[in-house]
Amino acid sequence: MTIQEIENEVVEEFALFGDDWELKYEHLIELGKTLPVIAHDLKTDDRIIQGCQSRVWLNAELQNGVVHFTADSDAILTKGMIALIIRVLGDHRAEEILAADLQFIKQIGLAEHLSPTRANGLVSMLQRMKQEALRLINP
Amino acid sequence: MNTESIRAAFPILKETINGYPLVYLDNGATTQKPARVIDAITSYYTHTNANVHRGVHTLSQRATIQLEAARKTVAQFFNAPSAGQIIFTAGTTDSINSVALGLAEKHLQEGDEIVLSVAEHHSNILPWQHWAQRHKGKLVVLPLNKEQSVDVTALEDKITPRTKLIALTHVSNTLGTITDVEAAVRIAKLHAIPILIDGAQSAPHLTVNLGKLQPDFFVCSAHKMYGPTGTGILYLSERWLNELPAPRTGGGTIKTVTFDHTEYAEGALRFEPGTPHVAGIIGFSEALKFMSDIGLEAIAQHEQSLLIHAQNQLRALPEIDLYGDHEHKAGVISFNVKGAHPFDVGTLLDKYGIAVRTGHHCTQPLMQHYGIQGTVRASFGVYNTIEETNFFIEKLKKVIKMLS
Repeated sequence: MTIQEIENEVVEEFALFGDDWELKYEHLIELGKTLPVIAHDLKTDDRIIQGCQSRVWLNAELQNGVVHFTADSDAILTKGMIALIIRVLGDHRAEEILAADLQFIKQIGLAEHLSPTRANGLVSMLQRMKQEALRLINP
Repeated sequence: MNTESIRAAFPILKETINGYPLVYLDNGATTQKPARVIDAITSYYTHTNANVHRGVHTLSQRATIQLEAARKTVAQFFNAPSAGQIIFTAGTTDSINSVALGLAEKHLQEGDEIVLSVAEHHSNILPWQHWAQRHKGKLVVLPLNKEQSVDVTALEDKITPRTKLIALTHVSNTLGTITDVEAAVRIAKLHAIPILIDGAQSAPHLTVNLGKLQPDFFVCSAHKMYGPTGTGILYLSERWLNELPAPRTGGGTIKTVTFDHTEYAEGALRFEPGTPHVAGIIGFSEALKFMSDIGLEAIAQHEQSLLIHAQNQLRALPEIDLYGDHEHKAGVISFNVKGAHPFDVGTLLDKYGIAVRTGHHCTQPLMQHYGIQGTVRASFGVYNTIEETNFFIEKLKKVIKMLS
């Protein structure tokens, strides 16, 4: 599936919850449990994403020409957010990742996590994922 | 105390957040402002605004009279021996930096020691660390006692001939526990060591009597006391009012200036270069009158009853770890939900309209002491109610369930 197709799938999935934020967040917490977890020995300081109130580690590597992400966080909601974004962006070609505009975050009603005052650093996380994609095609 | 009429005085409390009425429990970070403070600031800009101290025209005189009246109000509020000992600053952090820069110029020597506590806010660590790193100085750290407040009884042991300053928080912004500052000042005086009391978290909740306490320096912020941001005070003892080198100079601080020599003004003005934050100071003065009108005792009792009520309910929850769990506290409760990050708890509480603070609260050494990344902090103000406290606990239980 393309990034856009997965985005559409996520939007449909979240549409089921309507305006019920509790259901939405419970789903997000569940998604966190599906996060492809970063290997323990890769949880180094240089893989910590700055700007997050909770600690977030991210690793990116090329596997068969696509970017494979693994990550972890000590916050449950943040884990859910990363899992969601990895599900959308992960295992795509770097060029596709760089071109993604990720409108779905607004469409599923989690845009509040994109505001700069939210210290969860979703914005830093997205930036880092694109930087990593860029690094992998221009080492 | 009539909480209903007090709440009515705060326009912002009518806000709804995510469809819920705002429950504001982040008073330790900043308090909301009553209409009379907002009105005082508006009125100043509408009817009075002019630069102070030098104008002969009516507005300038009016502004100067109001500014100096505010100084008197602050002095009375804290029972300072004289209004001239109250310096207006940008806030607690600014005040501490001013003292640090001033002391560095004359009083502190290479290799000297400064005694702090493990519970200090970064604002009462970094100005001293900054000095110490440049002058081979040493920061000596007081631990907590078993009540989780600063262990003042350890002070005697920490004092050496090189100790040149003691700088302690009055109330921990993270734990809410209260330092026995009376004992600390007594010990400091016994050894003739100047002492700074950081009152940022005590002044909003406790009666601070500077005439009785007699510290060398006392600092606090207006915005944590129902006043505007960008204003605070530095109280100087009579000795330091004359002896502390002013860290910054400029307009308004002088008697005469030539290119070769400047004769500085005496007293508070020496420390207030440039145009002061007159509107903020007038707002601060109004905020203190607001507090005095309710009565500091009544405020303290009300907040204490909410705090104890919340603390007792939190104690009953097995999923909760409490920090600074003690009855002798002011304003603040810190806790964690076992297995959850404070960020998770704060984000979900916000969805219910409940504003709490999460993270290290600018006290990372204290976090290191407990071996944690951060806490969730609920802090109370005069307008909080028992119903809000119950709503907070009820929703916290819901959040615990969601996160488990």
